[in-house]
Amino acid sequence: MKFFRKIYMFLIFLFLYAPIFVLMVFSFNDSKSRATWHGFTFKWYHRLFENNDILSAFYSTMLIAAISSVIATILGTMAAVGIMKSKKWQRKMIMNITNLPMINPEIVTGVSLMLLFVFLYNRFGIFKPGIVTLIFAHTTFCLPYVILSVMPKLRQMDSHIYEAALDLGCNPTKSFFKVVLPQIMPGIVTGLIMSFTMSIDDFVISYFTGGTTQTLPIAVYSMTRKMVSPEINALSTILFLVVFVLLIVINLRREKDKNSSIYSEY
Amino acid sequence: MKAVKIQKNMKLKQSIISLNKISISFNGETILKDLSLDIKEGEFVTLLGPSGCGKTTTLRIIAGFLKQDSGDIFFRGRTINKVPAYKREVNTIFQKYALFPHLNVYENVAFGLRIQKKPENEINKKVREMLKMVNLESYINRRVTSLSGGQQQRVAIARALANEPKVLLLDEPLGALDLKLRKDMQSELKNIHKETGITFILVTHDQEEALSMSDTVVVMDKGTIQQIGTPEDIYNEPKNAFVADFIGESNIVEGIMIDDYRVKFAGKEFKCIDKNFEKMSPVDVVIRPEDIKVTLPENGDISGLVTSVTFKGVHNEIIVDVDGFKWMIQTTKSQETGDEIGMIINPDDIHIMRKSSYSSEIGDYSAFSDEFYEEQHHRE
Amino acid sequence: MRIRLTLLPYLIWSTVFVIIPLMLVIIFAFSTPEGNFTFNNIISVGKYSYVFLKSIVLGLVSTIVCLCIGYPMAYFISKIKAKYQNVVIMLLMIPMWTSFLLRTYSWMTILEYNGLINKFLSSVGISKINMINTPGAIVLGMVYNFLPYMILPIYTILAKTDEKVIEAAQDLGANNLKVFWKVIFPLSIPGVVSGFTMVFVPSVSTFIISKMLGGGSIFVIGDLIEMQFLGNTYNPYLGSAISLVLMLMIVICMGIMNQLDSEENANT
Repeated sequence: MKFFRKIYMFLIFLFLYAPIFVLMVFSFNDSKSRATWHGFTFKWYHRLFENNDILSAFYSTMLIAAISSVIATILGTMAAVGIMKSKKWQRKMIMNITNLPMINPEIVTGVSLMLLFVFLYNRFGIFKPGIVTLIFAHTTFCLPYVILSVMPKLRQMDSHIYEAALDLGCNPTKSFFKVVLPQIMPGIVTGLIMSFTMSIDDFVISYFTGGTTQTLPIAVYSMTRKMVSPEINALSTILFLVVFVLLIVINLRREKDKNSSIYSEY
Repeated sequence: MKAVKIQKNMKLKQSIISLNKISISFNGETILKDLSLDIKEGEFVTLLGPSGCGKTTTLRIIAGFLKQDSGDIFFRGRTINKVPAYKREVNTIFQKYALFPHLNVYENVAFGLRIQKKPENEINKKVREMLKMVNLESYINRRVTSLSGGQQQRVAIARALANEPKVLLLDEPLGALDLKLRKDMQSELKNIHKETGITFILVTHDQEEALSMSDTVVVMDKGTIQQIGTPEDIYNEPKNAFVADFIGESNIVEGIMIDDYRVKFAGKEFKCIDKNFEKMSPVDVVIRPEDIKVTLPENGDISGLVTSVTFKGVHNEIIVDVDGFKWMIQTTKSQETGDEIGMIINPDDIHIMRKSSYSSEIGDYSAFSDEFYEEQHHRE
Repeated sequence: MRIRLTLLPYLIWSTVFVIIPLMLVIIFAFSTPEGNFTFNNIISVGKYSYVFLKSIVLGLVSTIVCLCIGYPMAYFISKIKAKYQNVVIMLLMIPMWTSFLLRTYSWMTILEYNGLINKFLSSVGISKINMINTPGAIVLGMVYNFLPYMILPIYTILAKTDEKVIEAAQDLGANNLKVFWKVIFPLSIPGVVSGFTMVFVPSVSTFIISKMLGGGSIFVIGDLIEMQFLGNTYNPYLGSAISLVLMLMIVICMGIMNQLDSEENANT
């Protein structure tokens, strides 16, 4: 039984990782072929840093991800604090609105935002589809994730801590920054990282709201219509490794946190 | 010498916190109704009552965490209705300590002083002084999350006192501690009160704690004050059936006040020391279990059948059925279930109370075992 | 009615970028290009009922496959040592953090007629199989992309299940199989329900997977919507109507699932 369990888990992971592995291997393939091995090379990595299209798409992607994840984190954290203090029925209503973009199919969110931006552009000449609309769209779909990762931290926090700070002479704003913020920081950081990665990876919503702006996923998509340049393989290998390392770091940090809290029980 | 003494007495009598007709309700449910209370400078006051009686709400209104719907709150004669919590000269010790987990012991205690932007050397001196007072000098750089419950409580006390409050509010501060530690902390808190001379307002549901620690006990239920008095008054002269029932054990019997000094209950007339009741008016009669003397059936004022005996260490607790009403008696005599015994009650142990809305709610000891069980659980 | 000040920016944001866009979808669904009210768009959606049916079938099949292979996985993960569970969960999430398009693209190179699998098959002397551009390839792509969404919620519930409940059932004489069907599975229903919706919603509305692995030969709701907004048959009115129907369909689906969930809870 234990053996079967191990085999089963191994097969699932093989299934999940095989395509990524293939992708990485072929980033070192000395040919444009996607299926035949022609020998080892680093040339796609060199070309990557000379390919202006990919680099500019990468730049836009990072810019959009950075700005929208920061806006989403700030607004989302503020909202989470407000939601926790709201009356029950208000909280319920707001959470329903928050869940809306998460249960709605991405494509519907995408086209609804597209309708909005097109409408605003035609009527008022603002929100021309491009980087700006992408930032607004990405912030919108990141917000619920920030709220949902900050809220549990607020709920876990002893609410008397905030009152204790007031009690010791902090005004409400100071109490928040000195006492509440350090407590919910892990949730905020998680929300930020989630927003950032989701923004980088988003294709569907960007596809409908970005006009002619190329982000990495859109660039990849237009290439798949023809043929993907192995430079993209190289780029995704780099990104994969970065994410991999980031996740391990986060996880190690969490482990450490857990250990210290276990320690506190003694 | 004499002048000093008088001044000290004067100071004791001045009121520091006054609540005037405070009312508050949440979601249409009234929590406090026209509550008025005067707390004197330097006093140790305890708000005592069952959960949901409004005692914590009262404390939170004094601290400024809640705003009353109506009524006024005064600090040394000046209204502080509009003063926010962070500007009030009161500090709170919270039920679960509410220490700042991201700061160490030193920084927790220094928190309030840093907010006041005190110079560093002053802060250092004060923090050390406070930690010395609560015997935690050697823990100065520890993380608060690594401390035991009792130690955390001490840090909370040091943190609150470092701000030199005029009034210290304590919200069931010992509720989370085990029995032994609770006893130690009780005497420690009493000492701190004596040393600092600060006014203490304690909230608790533990009547023993209230009686043993405070100068004044305020018994609350259903958002109103049932009785205010010294622990002795509260115990010996409960004002109504609720107080009698809540504080200690008591037999509460329906009776009729025949005349001054004459009351009839349990089918017999007794002499008593109370007067000024309307003639022939129905009253509640309270007799503490330890005040009933056990004798032979033929010698007693009333007699009944022993239905249960529980050994309690110093005494036996026996339940006696007198014409269907179950009395509780605490006696050092040993009795057996099924014995027929007589009971003698002295006039000064009979306490007469006017009828109140509680009279009908409070029964005899027939459900005693359940009640006992519940109470035990509650304490855990 | 006092609304917290910190909440205000978010409320404004959600109104402008969530509520109003959805209202626009509804308005467009019932409008003619001239701005008049009409039911024609909604009625025309009926013409595409075959596309809807196909998408739903593909989505359901992928969701059921995900459930069938995801549930055992979630169960096995919950049974390994607590220390390693986090690592396994992290490994499960890492693929989700790498580009969805590239991973799907990678499947193209694996499944293609001249792709890796067929290369391997012909090298061992078996004739090539046509895998790409089939419904099977699309289901594979969906299962591949959305499997973690099924495993994670089920695992979360299973990991929380009190070991004592299981011991109590064993104590009462249930064998392992009975313990599973009578205790563990019923307790994990909420996880299954949220896994089901988390897989079904993106499966039924995707258009990239069908485009990349279906080669455009299999036309699904997502393609239909995309075509109305960015394709040759530009018609946002019809597109909105289709989106609205898709949304309603999903809401109804989730309603049914939640109903199942609460009924199950009422029984246990």
